[in-house]
Amino acid sequence: MKQGTAHITANICNKFGNDRTRLMDIAIAVQERFGCVSHEAMEEIARAVGTQRVEVESLVTFYSFLSVKPQGKVVIRLCSDIVDWMKGYSEVAEAMARELGITMGETTPDGAITLTDTPCIGMSDQAPAALVNSVVVTHLTPERGRQLVRDLRRHLDPQQLVTMVGNGNNEHPLVRSMVRNNIRMRGPVHFAPFEPGKALLKAFELAPSDVISEIKESKLRGRGGAGFPTALKWELAANTPGEKRYVICNADEGEPGTFKDRVLLTECAEQLLEGMTIAGYAVGSDTGIIYLRAEYRYLMPYLQSKIEGRLKQGFLGRGILGKKGFNFDIRIQLGAGAYICGEETALISSCEGLRGDPKNRPPFPPQEGYLKRPTIVNNVETLCCVSRILLEGAKWFASIGSANTTGTKVLSISGDCRKPGVYEVPFGITTRELIELSEAENVGSLLIGGPCRQMIGQVRLDGQICYDDLATGGAIIIFNGARNKLEIAEHYLDFFIDESCGHCTPCRVGLTLLKNLVHKVISGTGEPADLDRMRDLSNFIINMSRCGLGQAAPNPVLGALEIFGDASGGFVAERKPGLLPEFDLSKAVIDAELRVGRQSKYV
Amino acid sequence: MSRISFTIDGVTVQAIKGQSILKAADAAGIYIPRLCAYRDLVPHGSCRVCSVKVNGRIQAACVQTVIEGAVVENNTPELEEYRSNIIDMLFVEGNHFCMFCEKSGFCELQALAYRFGIAVPKYQFLYPKREIDMSHPHVYVDHNRCILCGRCVQASQSMDSKNVFQFIGRGIRKRLQVNGDSLAKTDLKVTDEAVSVCPVGALVRKRVGYETPVGLRRYDEAPIGDDIEPGKGDR
Ligand SMILES: Cc1cc2nc3c(=O)[nH]c(=O)nc-3n(C[C@H](O)[C@H](O)[C@H](O)COP(=O)(O)O)c2cc1C
Ligand code: SF4
Ligand code: FES
Repeated sequence: MKQGTAHITANICNKFGNDRTRLMDIAIAVQERFGCVSHEAMEEIARAVGTQRVEVESLVTFYSFLSVKPQGKVVIRLCSDIVDWMKGYSEVAEAMARELGITMGETTPDGAITLTDTPCIGMSDQAPAALVNSVVVTHLTPERGRQLVRDLRRHLDPQQLVTMVGNGNNEHPLVRSMVRNNIRMRGPVHFAPFEPGKALLKAFELAPSDVISEIKESKLRGRGGAGFPTALKWELAANTPGEKRYVICNADEGEPGTFKDRVLLTECAEQLLEGMTIAGYAVGSDTGIIYLRAEYRYLMPYLQSKIEGRLKQGFLGRGILGKKGFNFDIRIQLGAGAYICGEETALISSCEGLRGDPKNRPPFPPQEGYLKRPTIVNNVETLCCVSRILLEGAKWFASIGSANTTGTKVLSISGDCRKPGVYEVPFGITTRELIELSEAENVGSLLIGGPCRQMIGQVRLDGQICYDDLATGGAIIIFNGARNKLEIAEHYLDFFIDESCGHCTPCRVGLTLLKNLVHKVISGTGEPADLDRMRDLSNFIINMSRCGLGQAAPNPVLGALEIFGDASGGFVAERKPGLLPEFDLSKAVIDAELRVGRQSKYV
Repeated sequence: MSRISFTIDGVTVQAIKGQSILKAADAAGIYIPRLCAYRDLVPHGSCRVCSVKVNGRIQAACVQTVIEGAVVENNTPELEEYRSNIIDMLFVEGNHFCMFCEKSGFCELQALAYRFGIAVPKYQFLYPKREIDMSHPHVYVDHNRCILCGRCVQASQSMDSKNVFQFIGRGIRKRLQVNGDSLAKTDLKVTDEAVSVCPVGALVRKRVGYETPVGLRRYDEAPIGDDIEPGKGDR
């Protein structure tokens, strides 16, 4: 390693206090500085923070935005999510690759530009989209893709690609992004006016335990998908003895087709930061962490400035608003491209400077979380709800929504509809109503993202968005009748295979085996027994996987099979006696034929 | 120490609060199949072979702690099938050729396959391309046979006070990695516990293979699990 490089790496480590638990920040900074985290850099980092090279390598190879091999000065990450496919991903990818003279995953010979793909970047409402370093470009077409490449070649400055800025705070000087908010429906919880500080004062009128009671009365449940009662989580953390507790905001928003947290971070930052502060007061914590996915890095300077602004105003810091003894500060932890880090224990691992492997439970985070201290992890939207509940009262909040699911839900709707975007709706709304609101026609199926991750067909259009029926983190993807549901299922499987942490066998191996089966059926060589195999394997993975990723990943396959019902006959045929249909004899003997220099007469 | 009682397949078992279901079952002479868990190492919870039903929900017995009054199911057809699926998956995920393997007869994966009556895995082989690291004078790593149980990673840290192994990559591309350009560049010693805890033939001592004649190897004599619950594993 060159002297200078070693020196710079050492400086970066120093900037983060040579702290082993800040390995994520260190690795991200080194990656940005050198375009990779080389083995030499790993050794330097390991020495500085007091660990081994293999520990650093373990982290670096886990996250898709970090790389051991050098990447281009500019990295174009084209979003390959299913909605982007529907909106022309393939054509854009081909146009850009051709213009660059490389294939997907490669870097131009001069080391300037890397082209690669990446799962959902939270822009399904403006697909096809891409990240150019941290700059978002949306509504791509082959022509715009080619132009983008030509422009980059000239200046290698992603920010110059932003010629037109989006609306709302996307225009803010610290954001300056072409992203549009696409808020289609404004509800009373998130999109009503919000005056910073007021909810905090309301909270201070109450004892911390009474704040928790207020949240309990509102019946607020987690908006990240699992729907765990927020007050119960807080209570557990508050009652677990410990010198220090943590409040973590989950802004990892990785579920394909979800982008509502992006809009909340852009437009409701004050409400979010205030919600975190209230949570800190309620559970007895002085430190908050926002885990921000790498894809939303473009929002980081803006969020940072909001935190600093609140420090100046006395809404954060020591003795907040004159409340003696209550201190609270917030830092932003950047992710580095790993869907699994949205799972709360994996998120905690990542914050600790580890691979994003979920942890074994028990213990649960409120008992033993970040750095083994009691920790609450809440979704962005949940924490925004907290501020509003303190402002308007638990009764007001509980009067909105359905019987068991109070309040509103911010949904991200995309796919085959005329009005993709963000909708704040009361819980209890039916999927049929959502189809009408988003002006979708000829709907064949819907994919409801989240722990249920259901693919529902025409039969269930009266399903309600709520925790007793269709529980969701907020993604609704609409597919028209012409889309092949098994192909959709295969697309999701590819995503989960890439994003599995690989810790447990059922998810790590099972998903690949399931994908192979689905692929066999799609390519026309399936037999009826394969459908049973798909069902059995799916149920096995769901029942046996360690965390929510594996436990929900096969659902689209089951959903597709259910929608087909008996009609799946069209995909599979009873096998004729003889060779396995998926076995291609001529392909199998090519090698041998080449070697002996003649063709087999049996093929 | 407060004591807790619960049942496994209807049999009442006494346990210490905070103990894992697996440890409690062992103490009670009930065998729950397992692969990644090893003696006093912190359970890795990765293979999922030890899955049992606790009050109707599937949990890994090596990590789940005992719960007063819990109803645990162990020997059910559903769980047996699921466990056997996992063993099948571990076979097709790597390249396991038992007939040539030095670990044959001592291998826990092979022994479990026998116990479950598996002759041929029911899934298609994935035939991955994996490396073999022969660089070290006394130990080699054959990644074809690694099942990612994590025993060596932890044993190196907690028993040898080193850090020779870690996992890299994720998902199906997850691999064992050594702390250096090759095993020879690490401070691994042939006497390290990390070498002896490997359940399969992935971490192997050189020049001692096939020393024990067939018929006298560990699992020739009794099926895996027989030390905990004698006489149950024979088919
Ligand atoms: C694979 C997986 C991915 C997840 N991704 C997210 C996410 O991106 N954002 C989120 O808020 N919760 C996500 N969750 C749920 C979190 O684990 C956790 O339940 C949530 O952050 C708790 O906050 P809440 O109670 O406010 O919803 C995910 C869960 C799983 C299993
Ligand atoms: S289910 Fe998948 S993501 Fe979750 S722990 Fe297992 S391998 Fe990792
Ligand atoms: S033995 Fe419990 S998960 Fe492997």
